[in-house]
Amino acid sequence: MDADYAIIGGGVVGLSVAYGLTRRGLRVIVIDGEDDAFRASRGNFGLVWVQSKGMGAPHYARWSQRSAAAWGAFAKELSDETGYDPSLQQEGGYDFHLSEESLADKVAQYEALKLELGGDYPFEVLGHNALKREEPAIGPKVAGAILHHQDGHVNPLLLLRGLSDAIRKAGATVINGDRVIRVEEGCRLTLASGRNVMAKKVVLTAGLGAKELGPELGFRAPIRPQRGQVLITEKLPKLMNRPSGIIRQVNEGGIQIGDSKEEVGFDDSVTVETIAAIAQRAVTVMPELSNAQLVRSWGALRVMTPDGLPIYQKSETMPGVAMITCHSGITLAAAHARFLPAWLEEDADAPDLEKFSEKRFAV
Amino acid sequence: MKNASLFEPIIEADAPKVRVTFDGHNYKLPQGMSLAAGLLSAGLRSLRKTPVSGAPRGPFCMMGACFDCLVEIDGVTRQACMVEVREGLVASPAGPKEGV
Amino acid sequence: MKKYDLAIIGAGPAGLAAAAEASAAGLTVVMLDEQARSGGQIYRDVERAAPTRGTILGEDYLHGLSLIGATRAERVTYMPRTTVWDITPDGELSYTRDGRADCLQAKRLLIATGALERPMPLPGWTLPGVMTAGAAQILLKQSGLISRRAVLVGSGPLLYLVAVQMVRAGAPPLALLETQGLIVGPARHLPRALMGWRVLAKGMGLLAELRQAGVSRHKRVREISIEGEGQVGKVRFEAKQTMHEISCDTVLLHHGVVPNIQASRALRLEHDWDAGQDCFRPRIDDWGRSSARNIFIAGDGAGIGGAIAAEHAGRLAAFEIARDLGRMVVAERDRRAVPTRRALAKEHVVRPFLDAAFPRYSEALADDTIVCRCEEVTAGEIRRAAALGCTGPNQSKAFNRAGMGPCQGRYCGLTVNRLLAEANGASPEATGYYRLRPPIKPVTLGELAQMKQPDGLEKTA
Repeated sequence: MDADYAIIGGGVVGLSVAYGLTRRGLRVIVIDGEDDAFRASRGNFGLVWVQSKGMGAPHYARWSQRSAAAWGAFAKELSDETGYDPSLQQEGGYDFHLSEESLADKVAQYEALKLELGGDYPFEVLGHNALKREEPAIGPKVAGAILHHQDGHVNPLLLLRGLSDAIRKAGATVINGDRVIRVEEGCRLTLASGRNVMAKKVVLTAGLGAKELGPELGFRAPIRPQRGQVLITEKLPKLMNRPSGIIRQVNEGGIQIGDSKEEVGFDDSVTVETIAAIAQRAVTVMPELSNAQLVRSWGALRVMTPDGLPIYQKSETMPGVAMITCHSGITLAAAHARFLPAWLEEDADAPDLEKFSEKRFAV
Repeated sequence: MKNASLFEPIIEADAPKVRVTFDGHNYKLPQGMSLAAGLLSAGLRSLRKTPVSGAPRGPFCMMGACFDCLVEIDGVTRQACMVEVREGLVASPAGPKEGV
Repeated sequence: MKKYDLAIIGAGPAGLAAAAEASAAGLTVVMLDEQARSGGQIYRDVERAAPTRGTILGEDYLHGLSLIGATRAERVTYMPRTTVWDITPDGELSYTRDGRADCLQAKRLLIATGALERPMPLPGWTLPGVMTAGAAQILLKQSGLISRRAVLVGSGPLLYLVAVQMVRAGAPPLALLETQGLIVGPARHLPRALMGWRVLAKGMGLLAELRQAGVSRHKRVREISIEGEGQVGKVRFEAKQTMHEISCDTVLLHHGVVPNIQASRALRLEHDWDAGQDCFRPRIDDWGRSSARNIFIAGDGAGIGGAIAAEHAGRLAAFEIARDLGRMVVAERDRRAVPTRRALAKEHVVRPFLDAAFPRYSEALADDTIVCRCEEVTAGEIRRAAALGCTGPNQSKAFNRAGMGPCQGRYCGLTVNRLLAEANGASPEATGYYRLRPPIKPVTLGELAQMKQPDGLEKTA
């Protein structure tokens, strides 16, 4: 036996789970793909985000809240162990609105969710003037914003690097530039390179790669790519105090702007039509950005399920094999590191993830 | 940072000299010369400090590829080697300012 | 949106020659160029510089005068001061000119964006006063400026040419530090190279001029570092087992040029590793057609061949594009191609010798040497990324930001490729290159926002 766990996919979801498992003293092997693989972990927006998640699905809102609450200790631990501080800031985040109507609509939805959550949904509504006091750079066309106090953001690349470093320090093995092509009974993996890996258990965290491999392991894996285009400017002096869902200032100074939701299959190109629209919206929200130089843009493919919620599923045909897939791998990183090992190990205090089973989707 | 002779003209430029302000100082530079060349001929070496470490940087490639000669003109970051000198041009170092 | 038969990016020798031929064949042509005047880097500002400093710059430079008329040819729309920042595979170009963003469409596209200096990371190479040898040439050609206390470092014919131009201008370099070894290995290329005797003879002539001027040349130089407080103060190096030190205020680096592949990479065209030239280059056929049918590449951007080769390659591409668009019959294309191909072959014959005689400076980089100038990432950090499992530059970039700055990898891409390949024991080809995306050059958000279509936001939901 090579390891207690073989993790298929070394993105932020796989590494978070691997990190949690190594902290329990388990032996882990992570198998990761090529340099040019679709990597949502490199292309994501970097939010640790609660608001707007779980409308009509309070269990998802709660799971996100639970992760957000665990993030502070998780970030500190990671930073202490590796020296890579993921630059977590959790002082709230905005949802900007250009009209009173859309703001009022959203507030009504949040009020409904707040009731379902027993009141634990700390948000406030800022009109234009109140928002201007918090964020002097906002433009005259912004009607207001919802400020949700459980929101925040991180540097997702530092998180990725910290996790990569931490699991190696904890003795995990990482196989890079390879791919699992077959999994047989008893968790015996065959890789494209011809190498074999034996583990007691297997966790499939391959992002969009699970679409292909999932069915082999007894999962339906009803996932699809959804493109998000993201822009980043040159480094600028401090312009924003808190992130919003569409604009944030990263710790290095650049303003990151996103993000579109496009159903275009496995195409991660950038299109001028879309980035121009994203730029236009950003300039409306913060007119000063008009002068900022755009230095990079990218298209990242989100890993989407039909209802947008994560899937946590244990295989019914292959004992010991589990699948984890979500499009909020950053927000949920803390939950994945801290609470999923108990679920994988079937502890008595494991989180109840039954509602996240893929059985919720009709065949 | 001024020096007497970093880059000197081999023949006096025939273009008229016009007033350019960089980082609060005035210079007379030949019209139509690239701003980077003009400032080098005026004895400047460093045009800015980097946003990462604050290290000084000056023109490096002179062909718009390296982005080392960044300056700010009308609130926009520009490559000094791609901007032509014109009367009344006002520029400042890009990125973090001295003393900030 | 304005429409053309052919859009040419770059008004250097390849672009100018192609524009002239395409126009003569009856095509409507738009030629977009970043600079204010045509000529590219090699013939930079030739029209203005020729009368006053033509003799210093030499006959090869003045040859550019024969090409620049293309900007005024019939059916050619020449757009100087125009920065192209996006190209789509179906021929739509987005660009900024005088602060306004706009786009145009062409049936065929010719990328003629030339070469970049091969990045030459050394301790101290980010100090003000360190420049590329090409930069010194541009200062001389365009602005008539020259440094009086300069040291030239590296290898290759351009280094000698710059030195000679400085001598002729009355400001000889303080020294030439040459990094190449003895010309032993390359001797096997010599017989073929002798057919390119003109180039070799020219090289000999340059060396004689340097000798006559008493310019000191240090050969097989190693352990080079540039030092100074906030600016260049001196350069230190080892030659003949002795450490030397030269006080200077300018250091000019050069160890060859490499294709500028920013546009071809952003278009996701096929590229190959060229072991002889030690760089990536886009895959093209013998008309310059890339892996995308309607996109052509000519000149140094498709592999280093020099200015004359670029000019001929530009013509060949124009012939085939004219045929493709029904403006030239096959027989005519082929007839015209014969002398052009012969001339091109003559230029290429000397290349293997030059590539072998003047290899890049390959001394192992110390861990604390900066390789990514923009984000100030060191060689050691790239090696650490390899140790953390990064097989290629895209994963490495995510871990240490090398390649994420405004130069978009132009001056670190090949170095990062090499460091990762060495650390992982992999080939440069398998290690790969940055995945480049728009903008090809930075564009302000305000300019970009001008491009918004009325229905653009719907798609972003």
